[in-house]
Amino acid sequence: MQVLVFLLKRLGWMLITVWVVFTLSFFLMRAIPGGPLNGERVLSESVRAQLEQRYNLDDPLYVQYTTHLWNTMCFDFGPSYKLQDFTVNEVLAQGFPVSAALGILGMTFALLLGMTAGVVSAVRRTSIYDFSFMLLATLGIAIPSFVLASMAIVLFVFYFQIFPAAGWGELKQIVLPAMCLGAPFAGYIARLTRTGMLEVLSNDYIRTAYAKGLSTRAVILRHALRGSILPVVSYLGPACAGILTGSLVLEKIFAIPGMGSHFIEAALQRDFTLGMGALLTYTVLLYVMNTLVDLSYSFIDPRVVLE
Amino acid sequence: MNQTPTTTTDEQPDKSSKRTELQRLAEVMTAARTQQGVSLWSDGWKRLKRNRVSMISLWTLVVIVVLAIVTPALPLQSPIFQNVKQRELLPPEFKTFTLDIAKYDETLASKRQELQAMSTSHDLAALQVEIEGLEARHPINVYWNDPNLISKAMIEFRIFIFGDYCIPSICGTDKLGRDVLSRVCWGSRVSLACGLIATLVSLLIGVSYGAIAGYFGGRIDNIMMRIIDVAYSIPFIFIVIFIMSFLSSPKVRDTLHAYGINQITVFFLMIGAIYWLTMARVVRGQVLSLKNEQFVDAAKTIGTSQWGIIFKHLVPNVMGIVIVYLTLTIPAVIRFEAFLSFLGMGVQAPDISWGMLVNEGIQVITPIRIYWWMIVFSGFALALTLFSLNFLGDGVRDALDPKLKNR
Repeated sequence: MQVLVFLLKRLGWMLITVWVVFTLSFFLMRAIPGGPLNGERVLSESVRAQLEQRYNLDDPLYVQYTTHLWNTMCFDFGPSYKLQDFTVNEVLAQGFPVSAALGILGMTFALLLGMTAGVVSAVRRTSIYDFSFMLLATLGIAIPSFVLASMAIVLFVFYFQIFPAAGWGELKQIVLPAMCLGAPFAGYIARLTRTGMLEVLSNDYIRTAYAKGLSTRAVILRHALRGSILPVVSYLGPACAGILTGSLVLEKIFAIPGMGSHFIEAALQRDFTLGMGALLTYTVLLYVMNTLVDLSYSFIDPRVVLE
Repeated sequence: MNQTPTTTTDEQPDKSSKRTELQRLAEVMTAARTQQGVSLWSDGWKRLKRNRVSMISLWTLVVIVVLAIVTPALPLQSPIFQNVKQRELLPPEFKTFTLDIAKYDETLASKRQELQAMSTSHDLAALQVEIEGLEARHPINVYWNDPNLISKAMIEFRIFIFGDYCIPSICGTDKLGRDVLSRVCWGSRVSLACGLIATLVSLLIGVSYGAIAGYFGGRIDNIMMRIIDVAYSIPFIFIVIFIMSFLSSPKVRDTLHAYGINQITVFFLMIGAIYWLTMARVVRGQVLSLKNEQFVDAAKTIGTSQWGIIFKHLVPNVMGIVIVYLTLTIPAVIRFEAFLSFLGMGVQAPDISWGMLVNEGIQVITPIRIYWWMIVFSGFALALTLFSLNFLGDGVRDALDPKLKNR
């Protein structure tokens, strides 16, 4: 019941957020000189007027706004302004799974590597492992993913020729972009896990667990990890936002046909319907992820009350 | 934060000494004067100095910033002059490169002499036009894209000292024959300026917003915080990309130029305007806990206005935590700028930024030849700066707020 109320409230706020983003970008789009009909070929006046009428571009602004809003509420983003024979929905439906796969792989990589490094650093505190892992983590946080990706391309694609340079479809092609995407988040997660672990390891219940004869492995994996995971979970919300932004560049560098490259293309080409569609999708995605993260608090730590 | 001075005089009245009460007070006063209070800042600085990694980062940053400031005065090649045929994509080399400014100045001087020696008014006008043309096309304007007054003075100083000598292309050249070292140095100016300006903007907005929300509380606070909640879920980078594509359309650009606004300035301000959310939240929390303190009541009783209380009494008291968050904001902002410039949505040519340079490097990558120098040097500069900023930020956080240590 409590969860249901929480979700309903969040749904309401999500609708408000989406509406704000929609309104903001709608008026931004209309403020830009040059619409979809101002291509390289100049249209004759009458053809232009006909087209404008067909696409309701000659209506007053508020009428356009309400029709567009209504269409958007029915999940109809209209035709793409620049890609022939494609509606925005089709483009998004093609790009989304690709981006999602990349994002999930990157996140999995970040979680696996980050948490392992964090736990090892905390357990072997002030050892050489701790020092080198934390140095690597700071490196990962500091270096932007596109610098990392370009260096990785020089090294692993052209110098050692282990991975293909670009493209999408094979597992081999996904590895490098996913690793570059996940690296900064692995760094953050490693640091958060280490801090959380250090705090938990000094608790009495850990001593009790050791005292009753459990192995180090069992103590850490079963008792300590669960308590130290909360900061990592709360970081997952911002991390999702970061993954979304990060995938923009990596899709561009590795020529991956995901939503990010479509969005960049749309912004450069002034393809407003596609840009708007992608923007709203990203907003909803971010909101859903944040809500899921908040929801997961109460599962991990029953003391947390949903509000 | 001043410590109360401790008196060293005996409390017991000593009959043998002839000190009067007045003398005792004078002693206390001198003791108070000689004793130094330990402020939050000097305490923090002392702690920071003990942190070796932070100090190394600090000095690295000082070197980078100084280099960025004096770039025009260094004997670097032109960052924008193109020489496609002869110097395209050269690997790092050590051959000295010279400019042709001395020869140009000679020609200009001889023309001027000619002008003075001239008597007939017939050729005078023609010669004058020629000289004006020569002055407008002076190498300084061509090689450094009409520098502003300060940069121009520094470039003239550099020519005065080094003449036509240039540091060889030790970092190679790019696909238009421009020197990479020079471009990285000039790019640092844009990237660091972005860090500075955007951070200041975010500081201004965040602190005022948070302080106002926290101080007034109640419904105002509620509404203002709800706005922040909504803003947190907006993927701003996409909106910025939208706005940048709006700004880069020629018509808008011309309008802005008519008002004397640079596209790059708008870009910096915009980055600052989206990075204040966390700052506002933190400041609000601090102000909430501070506003019931006695010094606020005292300020109220002497009739300080509400704005006076917020900005004169509350804001200075939250500066410690604000500085801590600034150390997080600066690298984030620089990274964001590099990121957008990398995508081609940020700084536009002829301005240079590190993100743009890395992008140029990526674009010339081919399986046949690896032009590694075009990625490595700019990427390294960016990474080193961000790395030092991060380490320094960690150190400052530990120094100013020991409770947060290891968080």
